[in-house]
Amino acid sequence: MPGLIGKKIGMTSVYSAEGKNMPCTVLEAGPCVVTQVKTQDKDGYEAVQLAYGERKEKNTPKALLGHFKKAKTSPKFKLVEFNGFEEEKAVGDIVTVELFEEGEFVDVVGTSKGKGFQGVVKRHNFAGVGGQTHGQHNRNRAPGSLGAASTPSRVFKGMKMAGRTGGERVTVTNLEVIKVYPEKNLIVVKGSIPGSKGSYVIIKK
Amino acid sequence: MDAVKFVENDLNPIPELPEFKAGDTITVTYKIKEGNKERLQKFQGVVIQRRSHGNTETFTVRKMSSGVGVERIFPVTSPFIESIEVNKRGKVRRARIFYLRDRQGKAARIKERIFHKK
Repeated sequence: MPGLIGKKIGMTSVYSAEGKNMPCTVLEAGPCVVTQVKTQDKDGYEAVQLAYGERKEKNTPKALLGHFKKAKTSPKFKLVEFNGFEEEKAVGDIVTVELFEEGEFVDVVGTSKGKGFQGVVKRHNFAGVGGQTHGQHNRNRAPGSLGAASTPSRVFKGMKMAGRTGGERVTVTNLEVIKVYPEKNLIVVKGSIPGSKGSYVIIKK
Repeated sequence: MDAVKFVENDLNPIPELPEFKAGDTITVTYKIKEGNKERLQKFQGVVIQRRSHGNTETFTVRKMSSGVGVERIFPVTSPFIESIEVNKRGKVRRARIFYLRDRQGKAARIKERIFHKK
């Protein structure tokens, strides 16, 4: 899928043509630089590597500095591979937000906000244990049974339990593109996307 | 944030509205869609709050309709608002006058703000 790397800027709401108020997210998308073109012969698969986000030279690993030097561009933060671009890309090319059109649907990949150590009700949408009666108390947000007793006399791997929540890669699919501003490198999509403001996102066509 | 403001002003511009705040009595004329027909309806009442800011601001208007309190929330950028008319300026001491909900009849009166000519 062709796409771009971008940044979440913030949220607002706009009115649709029918007068419906819809929530939308403003994203900065690109301009991204092509830093490498992978080919079937050389790498075993086809892909275009894009780079986005300014980075100081002193904070960039030496190996990456050479990689960016090859593409004749300044050091960047994010490197992501895409494929399926209509035009053939060469190293050093710039891909802009004009890739997207208004009205089409995109997928956005981001990193969700970290929630810390959370119980099963928040983490796995458990309903908790316990009613108001039968002498129950202190069990409103408990996980309940972890399994059977003497057979197997252990807890199965992958049992849903409390733990670190959030901060993981989340994909939101089929977000409508409301507006594209090529001169400002902005794209407005309908709905919310994971992560905090300023976090990097991948926008796929 | 500037980018968000830019998008808001482009897609959701704030129309020119008369100045009003909590305590003022206003008449909002808004469009109502019934099937394919559009008609205008008026809602007159006291503004009890203005909430949020910028292009996503809303205001709440409260009126008594045959003894029952009715509140309507209007976004300032709503395309359905035809016009707003300020009928009376009220003198209140706070920006959100929710205490009005607990009052009825004489107790729910609001003193008028009078502007003296210089």
